[in-house]
Amino acid sequence: MSVAIAAESLSKQYRIGQLQRGYGTLRDALATGAKRLRRREHQPNHPVIWALQDVSFEVAEGEVLGVIGKNGAGKSTLLKILTRITTPTRGRAEIHGRVGSLLEVGTGFHGELTGRENIFLNGAILGMKRREIARKYNDIVEFSGVEQFIDTPVKRYSSGMYVRLAFSVAAHLEPEILLIDEVLAVGDAEFQRRCLGRMEEYGAEGRTVLFVSHNMPAVARLCDRAILLRKGEIDLVGDAPDVVAHYLQTEAGSAAERVWDDRSAAPGNDLVRARSVRVVDDNGDLVTTTDVRRAVGIEIAFDVLRHGEPVFPKIKVLDSQGDVAFNALDTRERWNHPSPPGEYVSTAWIPGNLLSEGLYTVNINVCSLGGPKLIAHVRVDEAVSFHVQDPVEGDSARGRYTGSLRGVVRPLLEWE
Amino acid sequence: MRELWHYRELAATFVWRDLKVRYKQTFIGVGWAIFQPLLSMVVFTLVLGKFGKGFKHTGLETVPVFILSGLIVWQYFSSAVAVAGGSITGNTNLVTKVYFPRVLIPLAAVLVPLVDFMLAFCVLAGVTVYYGEPVDGPVWPAPFFMLLAVATALGGGLLLAPVNVRYRDVPYAIPYLLQMAMWVSAVFYPITSLPTYAQWIYALNPMNAAITGFRWALYGSPAPILGQTLVSIACAIIIFLLGLAFFRRSEPRFADMI
Repeated sequence: MSVAIAAESLSKQYRIGQLQRGYGTLRDALATGAKRLRRREHQPNHPVIWALQDVSFEVAEGEVLGVIGKNGAGKSTLLKILTRITTPTRGRAEIHGRVGSLLEVGTGFHGELTGRENIFLNGAILGMKRREIARKYNDIVEFSGVEQFIDTPVKRYSSGMYVRLAFSVAAHLEPEILLIDEVLAVGDAEFQRRCLGRMEEYGAEGRTVLFVSHNMPAVARLCDRAILLRKGEIDLVGDAPDVVAHYLQTEAGSAAERVWDDRSAAPGNDLVRARSVRVVDDNGDLVTTTDVRRAVGIEIAFDVLRHGEPVFPKIKVLDSQGDVAFNALDTRERWNHPSPPGEYVSTAWIPGNLLSEGLYTVNINVCSLGGPKLIAHVRVDEAVSFHVQDPVEGDSARGRYTGSLRGVVRPLLEWE
Repeated sequence: MRELWHYRELAATFVWRDLKVRYKQTFIGVGWAIFQPLLSMVVFTLVLGKFGKGFKHTGLETVPVFILSGLIVWQYFSSAVAVAGGSITGNTNLVTKVYFPRVLIPLAAVLVPLVDFMLAFCVLAGVTVYYGEPVDGPVWPAPFFMLLAVATALGGGLLLAPVNVRYRDVPYAIPYLLQMAMWVSAVFYPITSLPTYAQWIYALNPMNAAITGFRWALYGSPAPILGQTLVSIACAIIIFLLGLAFFRRSEPRFADMI
């Protein structure tokens, strides 16, 4: 199989300060130049950072490669080099094929021009020929859903219309190699979903895709391989689910286990204090990734420090978009009465075939009832996280279908 | 070069965009393009006619036509250099987000003011007829002298644009420099009014050949001396090549600096 993208020890150096303020004034430059002449000063050594260091990889034609890493790990710099917007300090990148990228949605749109004129302008900037744009013009307008306003200057568009039109142009680019920076994409949920949908299509058509994202479930599901960048260097390359799992365990900041060793610093108050939160499977083992068909337990350990009002634990489970999947309170009878001081452990079992695939984070509380309200004595947001995966063995709700299935819940229903 | 040819449609699109935006409000856009040279002509004719002594041997019958014919070439040059010089900083969002040969931006920028020039040229035609100035020149060389102005403007723009990216106070200096340059160009006096040695020094400024040649082509005023014209053309080429080399060298760092 031929190589679509070959990166050879790419390195990019920035001077610190250059990132914020690359330019000065000629007056300043002349003044410091004159001063240096007079005093024979040496140029001060500017501290430098390496945004990328010795990054090498290859992407085969038709492969979907994910790039993940924390903010500042070098993901965007890598994309900028691959799109030739900036040049590497060292190393080289070779790209075989027409490159399109969804990081430049709406680039070059001019407020004074109408929707129609902007389609042609933006299309040309993205690298389309005039004839090609004319051919796709009707599709683009239809896809954008702004037909009525196509002869209105885009400065009068709502931001939603603006993005829809811009995305519509980019989506009709038909590149051989597609680069997507979801991190930079306009933060509209609908728009992000379209981005993902479009990239799934490209992947299915056998095009080469390089996908930069913070959306771990999407990377795990859509990419063949993934690269984990860490401080500008490649930390791990491999099968996307493995790399994602490694990232979540080592770097994502929330993991399968949270333990507060220092009792005085643990979250809580004079009544209750947290000890630990863990994500476990039915054997009681710590897990970061769980099978969609199997139950997963959220184990909360806490101390009751004195006699007081009755307290009970509570969990809130959020999906990767930050939407609440559900809240659940520990309703066992034992919490109806004040608990004597001591250590308590509660495990909330989330049954199998409930949550759909994806990354979930769990907020925990230990609270008491205060009339119509809950009083939180312990509150830990994003205490732990876990990743639900479907190995697609035919006995889950997706059967043998491997494509995208949306929804927060994925119950296995009775069909008759 | 091959890459530039590949992107020719994009260059055309940039020109089209700027024109569209420029003449969106037709009345103001076109009106200004006509009004500005006319007003300048009147002012300079009055002021220089009263206090200046240089209008004795213009070679033309009427002073306003003499001034306007030089002025429209100069005004093209002046706005082309200013716009091209600021063109990279003016298109920041393009430069930081998409790849294309950056040369296209200043290139498009020097072509756009040609439309203003065409309008101003219509004004010149009207004024020529009004004053009954005879069109005694061969006319056909006129576009070539304009080409000389375009090449010089592009060279100047290519030199200024990267400096603009690096030093943000430069745009404030450009109008003053251009203003001063106007007085050492043959806009308000014929080059022949200078001593010969000065004429050769003036030849180093390609705009002198452009303006003098343009006038000669239209009105048959004293023809530029061939040797001086060749020096001017050589200077224009040198400015253009220097600008291109400097621009190409600075180009990779635009996205990081801007």
